[in-house]
Parts: sequence; C-alpha cells; structure tokens
Amino acid sequence: MALAAASGRRAPPRGAVVPLATIALLEVAAFLFLGREDYTFAAPHDIVLALGRALADGSLPAATAQTLSCVLAGLAVGFALGVMAGVALGLTPLLDRLTMVSVELLRPVPPAALIPLMLLIAGFGFQMETTIVAFTTLWPTLVLSRAAIRAVEPGLIEVARALEMGTLRRALAIVVPSALLRLFVAFRLTAGIALTVAVVVEVVANPRGLGYGMIVAAQTLHPETALAYLVWIGLLGWGLNALLSRIEARFLDRFR
Amino acid sequence: MKPLQTRAAARETAPPTPLISFRRIDLSYGDRRILEDINLDIGEGEFVSVVGPSGCGKTTLLRLIAGLARPTAGDVILDGQPVAAPSRKVAVVFQDYSKALLPWRTAAGNIALALSAMGVPKAEWPDRISALLATVGLAGDGDKLPRQMSGGMQQRLQIARCLAQEPRVLLMDEPFGALDAMTRQSLQDEVLRIASTRSVTVFFVTHELEEAIYLGDRVVGLYANPGRVAQCFDVGLAKPRDQLSTREDPHFLSLRHELFSFIKQA
Repeated sequence: MALAAASGRRAPPRGAVVPLATIALLEVAAFLFLGREDYTFAAPHDIVLALGRALADGSLPAATAQTLSCVLAGLAVGFALGVMAGVALGLTPLLDRLTMVSVELLRPVPPAALIPLMLLIAGFGFQMETTIVAFTTLWPTLVLSRAAIRAVEPGLIEVARALEMGTLRRALAIVVPSALLRLFVAFRLTAGIALTVAVVVEVVANPRGLGYGMIVAAQTLHPETALAYLVWIGLLGWGLNALLSRIEARFLDRFR
Repeated sequence: MKPLQTRAAARETAPPTPLISFRRIDLSYGDRRILEDINLDIGEGEFVSVVGPSGCGKTTLLRLIAGLARPTAGDVILDGQPVAAPSRKVAVVFQDYSKALLPWRTAAGNIALALSAMGVPKAEWPDRISALLATVGLAGDGDKLPRQMSGGMQQRLQIARCLAQEPRVLLMDEPFGALDAMTRQSLQDEVLRIASTRSVTVFFVTHELEEAIYLGDRVVGLYANPGRVAQCFDVGLAKPRDQLSTREDPHFLSLRHELFSFIKQA
C-alpha cells in the first residue's frame, strides 16, 4: 500500500510551499489590518478577482500583446545584432581591440536614460520602446556571444585544421555547435532583461502595454488592479524563462 | 655497448625512399630553443616510436609533420613536398581524445566529420562508417555520444576518424597515456594490426619505453633542452608482435635495458 501510494501520488513541489504560505499570511494580514477603503494594498483574493476582470474585459490581453510585441521585436533585433557583433569580435582579436573602448563606453548606458532621446526621435509608441529594448539586449548578447566563441575548444579547431576544413565548413560544423548552448543561455537571460526594460519604458513614458496599465490603475487608486498587473508580469517572465529552459533541456542537452 | 653502436651506425644511411624527412630543423619560440638541427628520415610504411625526457620536443616534432607548427629554419619534406600547411594525407590522433571529439555528435557523426571534409558522397557514408567502426572494435556503438563511451572507446573512435581520412601518415601523440594497462595493450595490438594491413606510416610519440619498443620498427631517442636526435634504435623484433612472447624476447629485454640507460643519462 505504502509503495503504491509513493509511486502513484506525487507530492506537491517543495518550491510551492513558501509562495503559498506567503499568500495565506497576506490574506490573514489583509483581513486583520486592511480597512475597507485602502488605496495602497489589496488582499490576495481581491488581486485574483481583479486579474480575472482584466482578463475578461480584454484590457489585460491587449496590453500583454502590446508589451510582448515590443519585447519580441526588440529582442530579435538586439539579439541578432549582438550575436553578429559578438561572433565577429570573438573571431578577430584586432577588431575586438579597436572597438573595445566604444563598447565599454556604450554598454553601461542605463536603458532608462535613452527614453528622453528616443521620445525626441520616435515619439510615443512601438518603435521607441522596441529600439530601447533592442539597445539594452544588444550589449549582454555581444559580451556573452564573444565569450562563447572564445570558449570553443582549441583542440577542435586543430582537428578542423588537420582535416583542411574551410572557414564556412569549420564555422558550421564546429564553431556554431560549440557555442550553441552558450548562445541560447544568452538568449534566455536577455529575454528576461527585455521584458523588464519594456515594462520600465511603459511605466515611465510610453502610454501602452502592461507597464502603462499598471501605472493607470495605481493613479486611479485601484491597487488591486495594479497588483494584478504586477502578478501577471511576474507570471509572464516566469513562463518565458520556463519555456526557454524546457527548450534548452529538450534540444540542447547534447551540446553541453 | 657494442651492438648499440652498430645499430646506430647502420641507420645513418637513409632508408631507400623516405616518405618524411626532417632537414636541418631548428625551432625556437622567442629565446627558447625547442628543437636543434633535427635530421631524420622515415621510410614509407615504417613504424617509428619517439621517446625522450619531457620537454624534448617530441610533440613538436609531430606537429611539424602535421603542419600545425612551422620550423624556424629547415624543412620537413613529406612525399617530396615541403610541409606548409596541414594536409588530409596526414592524420593526427591527439593525446586528449575528450578535446578532439565533437561531444554533440554521435560516434558515427564524428566519423562523418572526416568523411565530409574528404568530400565522400553522402550515399557512401553509412557503409564506410560501419566498416570503420568495426575496424576499431566499435561495431554497434555508432549511435553513442562520446560522453557515453569509456576513454578507451573514445580513443578508438578518434583512430577511426583518422582512418576515415585514408591517411598515408598516422601521427599519434601519447594516445594511450590516459588509459588503463589492459585497454592500452589491446589498443597497441589494434594499432599494429591497422598499421600493417593498411601499410600506413606511423609516427608514435610516447613516454613509455616498453610501448615504444613493442610497437616500433625503430625507436628514436631525443635529448632535451633543446630537443635533438640522440640515438636511433632499430628494433628488429619479429612481427606480428605478441604481448607475452615479444615482451619476453631476450632482444626486447636488451633493447629495454639500452633505452632505460639512455633515458637515465638523457
């Protein structure tokens, strides 16, 4: 019996214990201390209800689509440029030395500092937000892919030389597969950064997407809705990372 | 000491058709002299073992033949041509198999790397791959990834990939150094068998004196700092060799004695 129970029923994951306990505690605290009309906090069940309302009336899906389109477009541009630059710099030490100062000067520019500039150039909307996301994801991608190229096993390069493999064949058969896992990890990390930056741009300036929905809810004194957006953004980030991790484990294990 | 002298003298006349010749090779990195005035001829189909103290430039000699290193002065002649770059005629079995196999490719895929570099039509790959795997005793292991194979199996796989090049020269850089004694012995016999059936010329770097004698037609002893050819020992033991009877042969034992005393003073 004990054996059947052990194999048949799965215990809930231990990682869920702390969040569930925290939610329960907050619910109790809200019941004990929160007044009827509070404009700062909301009880967990009110947040869940607000989340359901925002999903049902279409405002949350629409905002999600706006934010994600900027995240994906910006990530696509930033990651593609970053990988191309990183591979070029990883393969050519001279180019790396020539561009080092410029890269190190541009890399630390805070994404939020670009908002006024991009407002002047592009105004509100998709383009301005996407550009900032692209700029932000470009640098970590560049640094990580440059490192990925440099980490290619020199022994494998010698094998390629001994086999008289040309540059293209060497790149496709050896360099790219060697670097693939690191490049994918770079993509997973920068995807998280992209979501963060997109929301920041929306909170600070751009009147669209999840960040804007959150700030509107806060300014119209609906803490439960603002917090529902916050929870939703957290779920999105978690889901994005979980999806990419699954892909990594499923398809990239042999490149480890 | 007398037999040693005559053997060393006998080799001063070059073999009839040297496939590989080192001609007055010097090699320095900055102020450090690695090799000095290396002159050595290796005949077609010959199995040459190279021994010497660490830092004597054994591996560097091998890399010169491979075209992976260039001499500061002198020429390495391979098949009548100075070696200027790596060539597929020469296959290298690297010491560290874990860094020479593509970890994301199966055993079959690793052999396919060489077949594709050789321009072999894809339709021929499956047959060639299974024949090569069988040659090195890996029949049925084609779907395994290197990490799923033991060290001995990985080194067999690397040898199979080298054979896929159909090389005239097989360079082996302490290939069995990381393997246990039993595995090493069986691989030694397989390399001897492969070398004789394919009549490939082998340049075998090792620090194991007995291994050098057991495998070689000739053992080249080097001095260190800078690396120089000290002595060549003709082995002259009957072939095929046998792990028991060859190693008990009085001639084997006397060669072993000579080599040990050579290494001690080198």
